[in-house]
Amino acid sequence: MRSENPVAAAVERYNSDPLYLVQIIREAQAAQGWLSRETQREIAERLTIPITRVESVVKFYSFFYDKPRGAFRLLISDNITDRMQGNQSLLERLLGRFGVKRGEVSADGLVSVDLTSCTGLCDQGPGMLVNNIAVPRLSEARIDAIADLIEARTPLGHWPAEIFHVEDNVQRAGSLLQTPMTPGRALDAAIALGRQGVLDEMKRSNLRGRGGAGFATGLKWEAARNAPGADRYIVCNADEGEPGTFKDRVLLTSHPGRIFEGMAIAGYAIGATRGFLYLRGEYEYLKPRLDAELDRMRLVRRLGPAIRGCAGFDFDVEIHVGAGAYVCGEETALLESIEGKPGRPRVRPPFPATHGYLGRPTAINNVETLCQATEVAINGGAAFARQGTKNSTGSKILSVSGDCERPGLYEYSFGVPIAQVLEDAGAARDVAAVQVSGPSGVLMTPDEFTRRIAFEDVPTTGAFMVFGGQRDLFEVARNFVHFFAHESCGFCTPCRVGTSLQRQMVEKIAEGRGTRYEINELMRVRGLMRRMSHCGLGQTAGNAIFDGWNKFRPAFERRLLALEFAPAADLDAALSPARAVTGREDEGAHFRAEA
Amino acid sequence: MENCFTIDEQPIPFTPGQTLLEACKSAGIYVPHLCHHPEFTPHGSCKLCIVIVNGRTVSACTIMASTGQEVVVDTPELNAMRRSILQMLFVEGNHFCPGCEKSGNCQLQALGYEFEMTTPHFVEFYPTLDVDASHPDAIIDRSRCIQCELCVRASRDVDHKEVFGLGGRGLESKLIINSPSGKLVDSAFAITDRAAHVCPVGAILIKRVGFVEPIGERKYDREPISAETDSCEIAES
Repeated sequence: MRSENPVAAAVERYNSDPLYLVQIIREAQAAQGWLSRETQREIAERLTIPITRVESVVKFYSFFYDKPRGAFRLLISDNITDRMQGNQSLLERLLGRFGVKRGEVSADGLVSVDLTSCTGLCDQGPGMLVNNIAVPRLSEARIDAIADLIEARTPLGHWPAEIFHVEDNVQRAGSLLQTPMTPGRALDAAIALGRQGVLDEMKRSNLRGRGGAGFATGLKWEAARNAPGADRYIVCNADEGEPGTFKDRVLLTSHPGRIFEGMAIAGYAIGATRGFLYLRGEYEYLKPRLDAELDRMRLVRRLGPAIRGCAGFDFDVEIHVGAGAYVCGEETALLESIEGKPGRPRVRPPFPATHGYLGRPTAINNVETLCQATEVAINGGAAFARQGTKNSTGSKILSVSGDCERPGLYEYSFGVPIAQVLEDAGAARDVAAVQVSGPSGVLMTPDEFTRRIAFEDVPTTGAFMVFGGQRDLFEVARNFVHFFAHESCGFCTPCRVGTSLQRQMVEKIAEGRGTRYEINELMRVRGLMRRMSHCGLGQTAGNAIFDGWNKFRPAFERRLLALEFAPAADLDAALSPARAVTGREDEGAHFRAEA
Repeated sequence: MENCFTIDEQPIPFTPGQTLLEACKSAGIYVPHLCHHPEFTPHGSCKLCIVIVNGRTVSACTIMASTGQEVVVDTPELNAMRRSILQMLFVEGNHFCPGCEKSGNCQLQALGYEFEMTTPHFVEFYPTLDVDASHPDAIIDRSRCIQCELCVRASRDVDHKEVFGLGGRGLESKLIINSPSGKLVDSAFAITDRAAHVCPVGAILIKRVGFVEPIGERKYDREPISAETDSCEIAES
């Protein structure tokens, strides 16, 4: 019999296994709304682990709360694209409607409102999460309708389904998205090839990872297969956190069978029987349909023991849901999270191919990569390699958002020029810049639009954010700087402190008190982070400012005081506690610089 | 030459399985560090031990020594980067050396002298951080914590108590304590624990011994940290 105590039930559901700590905490919170010290203690006791382990997880992930939240938790997406679509005034509208401050809970405990990192709804933003369920296309009317529902205390299950309807917006389908997949076909093809045959075809295809690093997938699989150790694992990285990227959301929504077949094929090739799909917390709303797909596939032996009747081809998948931490997209941080810990990247080497989940050989692949692997199994590596460029074979799905007429997914053969994408998306005129591959990527200007999307030219995770001539590129960089300061895991000194130093200096510039000194310092801190940071997050966290300053200098310069240096201390601000204590607001209570 | 890497074209021998930092230490070459301690698993978080290996900047404490590596340890450029790391550590916490009872035995302070850090350089964050003086024998002052996790590792791996942990993300990370109240007094911590004696700074202070040894006559008052032959012994006053 299941326990009625929700904490006990969550612990039981995962067999009291601390490896599932992140999942247990997530479910305990879902039942109670937040995680009191008492709840954390109970989880620790039931798992017989120190409370510090529970606390360190709770405090690490943005979607875990150690203070009460509203019965309705509203998190407005705060990517730069959400800002361009007006999320700030919608936030103000919500705050005004409920009479709360950002981050606070209303007096009646009904609602709390805050901002959150990119929710992957950039093509239909501004986005929002209501108790972790995605709401796209926010408008004043929609905000008011939602506020009415909340005030009437309408349970989420009774809200109009239309509010939660997320579009796929596939604007241009290429070889992957336009080919309907017959369920089981890729598995059959893989079985026909045999385990070694699959590896050979993968290597022949020269398929490279679509998550950013671009490592050859066949070589990664081969390394995992050849690594010593009894148990091997497959991990699908569906922690699509790079702001501006949302292609995996569409693949997870409309092509889950293809992803799972790709995972099974990977398992077959390297000799793994267990796979994990790590789903970012922002996509938790997709879990029920992913679970349903897994059940369907098990029923017809496309997953489970003896897949398609092939003796020895045993493979199954479980879904781990993240809880709001961009850094978990880094593959070793992701493994830490799957093992129930805070997502702090590990020291590499050793690499996951030899020392991954529980220190065992593990192949970690991006959602799109695994989908492409099914194409390789079906059509063969040589056919796959005919598409794209020599060093970037196959197709790439781009997530196009920002100032264009037709945002959404665009799938191209690798090698497509940036200008072509812009034209297809209806952004041919008056484009100031495109941020390719998100805040950790590069800012491209019109003179670079002839460059091509490919690993050897402009590599990308898929994000493609378009900024029109009316946009302030300083604000773009500022948004990204805040993002990195919020998402730094804190493990290594240069990133932990450097991202916050960046934020401090960019805010000084935004207030109109910055000088050339801050610019020089920003460039220096960027260099320190780039060379010394433990993982890619810190290594790329300074790119936005670097690119912005070098390519859109006037946007920065017009905010600078015409000085070499201005002190960081704001004397008038320093007087504000004294004003608060004395209740004075007169001229004598202010320090004003002489005009 | 087998089992040798080079620093400035000089061959440095190593034993297979040694990290670069360990091999340098065996050869009497000082590589600065804070989060490293020979008794515990390498961590690689403070980044003071950065060196250049075949053109790439890496942490000497986590990279294995191997034959053919061309290693650069001591250049003005690397030392300037280390100075910046020290300055970052100083401004993110609250470090007031003249009023700190660890002064003279503190590795952060000693490294500040070593790398000629004359100012904090960056704008101070001045965070508000808790002091936990609940325990009869020790004080936790989070203002001075540099998040090296040596106490976390010592308590977990040597004392087998897991008294300490790190909670939070980014700049919000701070030392947390394994007890129902979160206070040290209610934990399994004992002054005889290894964890009580590994803090390289003044975040874990032993009560009643703060000024037994006068300031001015302490370990790093007497000799620079780079002269240490055995940096595993953390000085206490």
